[in-house]
Amino acid sequence: MTSDVETRVVRIIAEQALLEPSDVKMTDTPVDLGIDSMGLVEAIFAIEEEFDISVPFNANDPQGSAFDISSVRSIVAAVKSLVADQTT
Amino acid sequence: MRRVVITGAGTINPLGASVPATLDAMQEGRCGIGPLEIRDVDRLSVRIAGQVGGYDETAHFDRQQLSLYDRFTQFALLSAAEAVAQSGIAFNGALAERAGVVLGTSGGGLNTQDDNYRAVYEEGKNRVHPFIVPRLMNNAAASHISMTYNLQGPSFTVASACASSNHAMGQAAQMIRTGLADVMLTGGSEAMLCFGGVKAWEGLRVMSKEACRPFCATRTGMVQGEGAGVFVFEERDRALARGAEILAEVAGFAMTSDAGDIVTPSRHGAVRAIAGALRDAGLAPERVGYINAHGTGTTANDRTECAAVRDVFGGHAERLVISSTKSMHGHLIGGTGAVELLACLMALRDGIVAPTIGYREPDPDCALDIVPNVAREARIDVALSNAFAFGGLNAVLALARA
Repeated sequence: MTSDVETRVVRIIAEQALLEPSDVKMTDTPVDLGIDSMGLVEAIFAIEEEFDISVPFNANDPQGSAFDISSVRSIVAAVKSLVADQTT
Repeated sequence: MRRVVITGAGTINPLGASVPATLDAMQEGRCGIGPLEIRDVDRLSVRIAGQVGGYDETAHFDRQQLSLYDRFTQFALLSAAEAVAQSGIAFNGALAERAGVVLGTSGGGLNTQDDNYRAVYEEGKNRVHPFIVPRLMNNAAASHISMTYNLQGPSFTVASACASSNHAMGQAAQMIRTGLADVMLTGGSEAMLCFGGVKAWEGLRVMSKEACRPFCATRTGMVQGEGAGVFVFEERDRALARGAEILAEVAGFAMTSDAGDIVTPSRHGAVRAIAGALRDAGLAPERVGYINAHGTGTTANDRTECAAVRDVFGGHAERLVISSTKSMHGHLIGGTGAVELLACLMALRDGIVAPTIGYREPDPDCALDIVPNVAREARIDVALSNAFAFGGLNAVLALARA
């Protein structure tokens, strides 16, 4: 069952990739979807606005950031965790 | 073609309030970056910067002047005063009409804008000071320098983001070369460290929260700075005739545009600018001993810049030295090329190359001699200063020992 967070994150990523949400697979990487570093920064901004959270991400060192952007699944998981942290 | 020399230099920046203080700091590898102290800093996620510390504007300017001088204008005027004093030049008689000022800035009077947007939007005021427009305009610093020193020739401001200063200085040199002017004050000034200014940069996600460590494998991005550098550029025969001390010759300049991406730098655009400056100077690449790198500390810039240097210099890339003084003073955006030119003057005149501090771990993509952490003695005959701006606008200056 897809969660509300997942639906909303996928919608944001799909919009950035100029795709339909149904075309975004959980295993896709941002590169698979044609999202470059600027697109990623924009998507993260959109996620922050959508969930009113602060995402730790430095474009100079994406791997070193606490926010795992290696796939759509990892992004969804990271957002869920940030949303959960916020409500506790 | 007429030749151009530098007969005066002045600065105020995070490393010091004069050229000697700045060069001392560069020799010591001192870091001018520290905790950012501005209003509402607690609402920022980036809280470090290269701020001009211990600065009291009222110690330098009276109340009437301050009603017209934004912080970037103040920095420019203080730098110009030092440069003009060193050059010993007086702009009277016929010279006044043959002298001008070209300054670089990106944000202009951004502090003035920030303060007054706050006043009308946040505080709900319906009235602002009458001089907000002349205080915030990008040409304010150039205009006040022209008024202070009676420079009646061509004066204007250049805004090309991080290349503003280099574009300005290149333009000033061309104007002297081609006979449009005999003496030009030139350089750049920036004072973007206000809440709105830093917040905008924060959004781009390229800012480091710890330090600016260019060329290091574990670098984490750029750090913003503020300050100014101003130089006296003078036609060489004129300078020789009046017995002025010549700090260096402005031997060549080139500018190119990537015509590519609005933020991602292009190796080819950088290559063409570096090679173009050498060609303009009529210098073989092997003559270059030092390059003051753009070296922002971002992943993209440092990798691209090192690749471009390898392309231009081939095997000589292994023998020249290259350093980024942004590791010490931060990125002064529109003023950065001017302050960085001081490192070139130091290399040419004093034989001391400023280091790239904060360096910990080699990056195979940046495998050049970047003068890690400690300044070095070297005889340098030709030095380059690189600037590669957002928007893909590149400007490189070549300086030769006097």
